[in-house]
Amino acid sequence: MNIPEDLKYTKDHEWVRISEDGQTALIGITDFAQQELGDIVYVEIETEGEDIAGGEIFGTVEAVKTVSDLFMPLNGTVIEVNEDLEQSPEAVNEDPYGKGWMIKIQLQDADQSNLIDHQQYASLIGS
Amino acid sequence: MELKQIPLAQTHRELGARMATFAGFEMPIRYTSLVEEHMTVRERVGIFDVSHMGEFLITGAGALDLIQYTTCNDASKLSDGQAQYSCFINQQGGIIDDLLVYKIEQDHYLTVVNASNIDKDWEWLNQQNAFGATLTNLSPDICLFAVQGPLAAKTLQGLTEVALDSQKYYTFSIGTFAGVQDVIISATGYTGSGGYELYLPAKHAAKVWDAICEQGKSFGLKPIGLGARDTLRLEKGYCLYGNDLSDETTPLEAGLGWITKFSKSFVGADILQGQKEGGISKKLIGFTMEDRGIPRKDYRILDRSGDEIGVVTSGSQSPCLGIGIGMGYIRIENAGIDNEIFIEIRNKPVKAIIKKLPLV
Repeated sequence: MNIPEDLKYTKDHEWVRISEDGQTALIGITDFAQQELGDIVYVEIETEGEDIAGGEIFGTVEAVKTVSDLFMPLNGTVIEVNEDLEQSPEAVNEDPYGKGWMIKIQLQDADQSNLIDHQQYASLIGS
Repeated sequence: MELKQIPLAQTHRELGARMATFAGFEMPIRYTSLVEEHMTVRERVGIFDVSHMGEFLITGAGALDLIQYTTCNDASKLSDGQAQYSCFINQQGGIIDDLLVYKIEQDHYLTVVNASNIDKDWEWLNQQNAFGATLTNLSPDICLFAVQGPLAAKTLQGLTEVALDSQKYYTFSIGTFAGVQDVIISATGYTGSGGYELYLPAKHAAKVWDAICEQGKSFGLKPIGLGARDTLRLEKGYCLYGNDLSDETTPLEAGLGWITKFSKSFVGADILQGQKEGGISKKLIGFTMEDRGIPRKDYRILDRSGDEIGVVTSGSQSPCLGIGIGMGYIRIENAGIDNEIFIEIRNKPVKAIIKKLPLV
């Protein structure tokens, strides 16, 4: 199970890569999450430009057999959506921490209390 | 409820299967990728362990009478070695279960029922048995492997002297398979890709499974989970009990008029006869998504003005078509082929078109 050490995680199986200046973050789902879901066939994110509170839904990921909500890890504004996933949703399976990124957000505040580090995430999934 | 185990559960775990509870059994859902497994069956050959299915032996002078009275298809038409798709019908005309009836010989039938309905069916059959038939629940003693796909005959022929290519659809032979005697080799399946279903004594499950996997190596055979079994059957428009069929839906509503025979008497026949004459008010249809979205069970079906006209009973992405497909019940006046309908996905209507089944 791939759990990069330089990322932060949520209990909802998302990863967060906060930029060096602390202003923006990239968000996707973890390797564990994509394995649990199976073949991902559709990533629906229609919240570009919206301010969303941490814990609220920013989109939906659909595998062949299941549908799962995507939860905002932090308070922020969705400033970019990975448009490549429209044509290639399988990138989430193949490269969850790279080409499979989902959104870029502008952070609204410094509150990171919902995030856990890679070790905490590893113990959460029993890895 | 205690989780039941099929004999080869550990074999599936060792093959890397994701296991999940289905109908009270811990079953392999997928081994690798559902899409890959699906395409393996469509293009080559796959093996499914569906040993959770139920089997009842019905024997004796009253066997045919009991089957005729409790099912809607006409089992008197069966020759020895022939199988038939049918339904158990309740007094309201609803479907208790869908099943296969195998005629082994006179007064000797095997019925194959859904795992989720074994207890319900068993109780019902015993209750209705005023015919003196002998009922034996063989479910725990029989394993069922489905070997499906265009290369199924080639894969299996090396393991039996039964001539598989000449085994017609919905017929079966009983013979020696992989050194195991009395295996029912049936040209049936739930994938629409052709192939066979093998009923064998549970104690020989590992031996037969291993032999098929060994033979299958040169044909690209893979183990296939229940996930792909569901997408394969949905593309072909085959009903799944609990989704598309229930105690509240009748065979006429489910598009199963072709197995509902009023030439004989059976439980619920009067209700169904009335429904046939008076017309049905809802009907099971298949559809494909026009706009992007994946239909799921229980999603509402709307008309153009947003009024509810039906409900999705099965839905998925189709691995073969690469779009969302589904089945559902819809008001008869909206059920025409090529009609435009809307599936309510996360509070948004998404356009779909009613299509003739099969969808693939």
